[in-house]
Amino acid sequence: MNLTINGQAIEIDADPDMPLLWALRDIVGILGPKFGCGIAACGACTVLVGGTPVRSCSLPVGLVEGAVTTIEGLVKGGVLSPVQQAWLDEQVPQCGYCQSGQIMSAHALLEEIADPTNEEIDDAMGGNMCRCGTYPRIRAAIKKAAALKLAGK
Amino acid sequence: MTMSRLRKITRRVFLIGAATVAGGVAVGYWYVTRPYANPLEEGLAEDEATFNPYVKIGSDNTITVIAPRAEMGQGISTTLAAFVAEELDVPLELLTVEHGPASSAYYNEIMMEESAPFPWWDDGVLASLARGAFGTVATVLGIQATGGSTSTRDGFDRMRQAGAAARHMLVEAAAKRLGVSASELRTKNATVVHDASGRSLTYGEVALDAAKVKPPSTLRLKDRADWKLLGKPQKRVDMLAKVTGAPIFGVDVLLPDMLFGTVKMNPVYWQKPRSADLSKAEAVKGVVKIVPLETTYGHGFGVIAENTWAAFRAAELIEADWGTPDYPADTAAVDKVLSDAIASGAATAMRDDGNVNAAFADAPQDRVIEADYSVPFLAHTCMEPQCATALFKDGRLEIWAPAQLPTLVEYLSGAAIGVEMKDVTTHTTSMGGSFGRREVDATIYAAIMAKAVEGRPVKAIWTREEDVRHDTFRPAARGRLRARLGEDGLPTALDIRVAVPSIFANMMRRTFPSISPLGADVTVTQALRDQPYAIPNYRVSGIETDLGVPVGFWRSVGASFNCFFHECFLDEIAQQGGFDPIELRRRLMKDFPAALAVVDKVAEMARWGEKLPQGTAKGFAFSLCFGSWVGEVVQVKDTPAGIRIEKVWIAADVGTAIDPGIIEAQLTSGAVYGLSAAMGQEITLSGGQVEQSNFHDFDAMRINQCPDFEVAILENHHKMGGVGESGTPCAIAALANAVSALKGERIRALPISKDLAFA
Ligand code: FES
Ligand code: FES
Repeated sequence: MNLTINGQAIEIDADPDMPLLWALRDIVGILGPKFGCGIAACGACTVLVGGTPVRSCSLPVGLVEGAVTTIEGLVKGGVLSPVQQAWLDEQVPQCGYCQSGQIMSAHALLEEIADPTNEEIDDAMGGNMCRCGTYPRIRAAIKKAAALKLAGK
Repeated sequence: MTMSRLRKITRRVFLIGAATVAGGVAVGYWYVTRPYANPLEEGLAEDEATFNPYVKIGSDNTITVIAPRAEMGQGISTTLAAFVAEELDVPLELLTVEHGPASSAYYNEIMMEESAPFPWWDDGVLASLARGAFGTVATVLGIQATGGSTSTRDGFDRMRQAGAAARHMLVEAAAKRLGVSASELRTKNATVVHDASGRSLTYGEVALDAAKVKPPSTLRLKDRADWKLLGKPQKRVDMLAKVTGAPIFGVDVLLPDMLFGTVKMNPVYWQKPRSADLSKAEAVKGVVKIVPLETTYGHGFGVIAENTWAAFRAAELIEADWGTPDYPADTAAVDKVLSDAIASGAATAMRDDGNVNAAFADAPQDRVIEADYSVPFLAHTCMEPQCATALFKDGRLEIWAPAQLPTLVEYLSGAAIGVEMKDVTTHTTSMGGSFGRREVDATIYAAIMAKAVEGRPVKAIWTREEDVRHDTFRPAARGRLRARLGEDGLPTALDIRVAVPSIFANMMRRTFPSISPLGADVTVTQALRDQPYAIPNYRVSGIETDLGVPVGFWRSVGASFNCFFHECFLDEIAQQGGFDPIELRRRLMKDFPAALAVVDKVAEMARWGEKLPQGTAKGFAFSLCFGSWVGEVVQVKDTPAGIRIEKVWIAADVGTAIDPGIIEAQLTSGAVYGLSAAMGQEITLSGGQVEQSNFHDFDAMRINQCPDFEVAILENHHKMGGVGESGTPCAIAALANAVSALKGERIRALPISKDLAFA
């Protein structure tokens, strides 16, 4: 199977039924996407496929159509993406386990809506659970990232 | 340490024997190194020097600080590093922070102190002696542990002393090298400077010599006014890794030639499966081996495969007759055992002021109120499921795991496969949450699996379903509360009975089954017996009630249910006695200025008492737990979609606020954790098996339900309190009080979602 992952063409030798998450983690060795539930209920495994956020734990690798972006693909030329920079500035993570999924969902949200309202943030991020309860800082960081992006940073 | 010696010491010391107390705790600088050898001596590079178990400096001026408490999101690695950095005169950015090896040198003294059955504000001789005695248990047993919101407090003196001692030795060595007196030198940015001659030496340049300088016998630590780092929010040292998805967690361990695995444990606790058919599971492509797991934690199977997905699928296909439970098998049976215990179980009074029996004997019926409260079992559901990686090779065991109790992990995981503790090495990874869950089961299972494929590492990740069903649950509990009100409406007597399993006894069963439990379990009456309320006749009794189900430490432990019982019943008393809920507390806690200050602060922040719009209500709760005094107000609103939690105000007196940014995050986090539970979480049983399995039936608060927060940090009390758990209890109780006020009907059982929907 041939996939494009973070801009690189990669050949994967896996059962097409294997969820993309485990193909990435166990076969390719990309560990940013995390396992939280396996049933598309927590968002820890969120990656982008063709720019759309998907729960990689529930998507068979054989059905992947489009380029895959994981959190490892957000850093460009050693520079953090605006969402990551905002996350750092607002000191969002606690344990950090949910955060690559949170960042991927927020990244996709801001690609679609440059300056989301609170409701739009709630809608886009409701599928990403954080057991450490970092939600107030996630809200602040999304607003900050939106501002950074609009300022062209 | 051999088992028999461990047992002897445990027995002896837990009795608070006079000999132990007389032995006392060593004071002065040597307290940080004795009685254990410095574990950093081993594995030191040639051009590296170590000064004590916490500081290592290389000739190239790389400075490594050991933060020997597990990073589970509470920011502890940053705080502990800041203690050393403050006294060492080094900016945080110049430090490398490591967890360090599992070692008894890193024992946790405060955690053991707080196992003593005395309230936090009791500075009396007996209470201090008992705390000291329990502290020495940590020294003797060498238990390295992260828990009980103790890490910051435990590290406060030790880590600062470690930094100060190292700085002293570096300056001495530099003075000798420069041929000047130490008093002419100052330090800055990891450099020793001689202003008079303009010469300077980096720490690295003198490190090897400095390590040979005799450590000072006494030290003066910086005055608070001179702190540069402490008391101010720091950039956390683990943030960059966490915003870039770096592989820092237990699930991220990747080793050459590694196999992957998972476990399938008997859903009927403690029992061996009667029979099993593994053929379907073994036929799954990629499965390498399925091994029986027979441990004190439970019985089941470990599946080893070429990838995690194959292991997950195979585990699902294991067929077995799991047997029948020998404990209350469903929720009705659990309720009955707890109700019977409350009605007639043998109780231990842990607080007994005045004469409660006499106070009720002549009470007129209309001055007495009584109510029962109850809470369900709860799972922790840390975001990172249980997991561990193990390698068994040449008679040695190596473990990589998000371990909260690394010394116990080494002892018990080794013992499970016949490897002595000295031949076990643990690498502690960051953990994707713990909230009290990370015990030793995941590493024991991984060790057994690793032994079956000797020479190849096995990374075993549990499915979420296993993680939920095989938790060490927050125990189900029941409380019966009775009050007599005086003519003025204030309570003259309060009698509280609480029935709940003993967490310590249950944990002993799965870790050291041959040791019998040690006296009354203080978690049973935690945050009930030790609250700063003066009521003339005041009795708190605990009834340890075994329910068979594994129970453990869940964020804030006994306070997670006792605060709900106590604070909601105080609201009932207030209502009956004609008091505003906050005014009632103020009257009862008038002798405790720290308590009054947080209550006044949170009332002011929340504009308590101002008229609210129709369909909106506020609830209040106070708790003294883990050494912090906390008041919270929750505001709720009725909406067509259900109850909306609009806002939470928190005021907390933590004594000394080391890092206000981290404290604010922890208090908020604790409150969200408590609100999640109070809103909708419960673990129920059927046929002795847990009915819930994943986030679809054991959910938690999401961003769209999350209220706004306002947090105030106070520093009035003279002792430092913990913050990792202190935000949780009041959030639960204040939400229940708010909903009671909103609906005009008392919430006495959790979760609230049983009766009411949340928006
Ligand atoms: S692991 Fe995919 S949504 Fe939870
Ligand atoms: S930061 Fe721990 S789960 Fe979100």
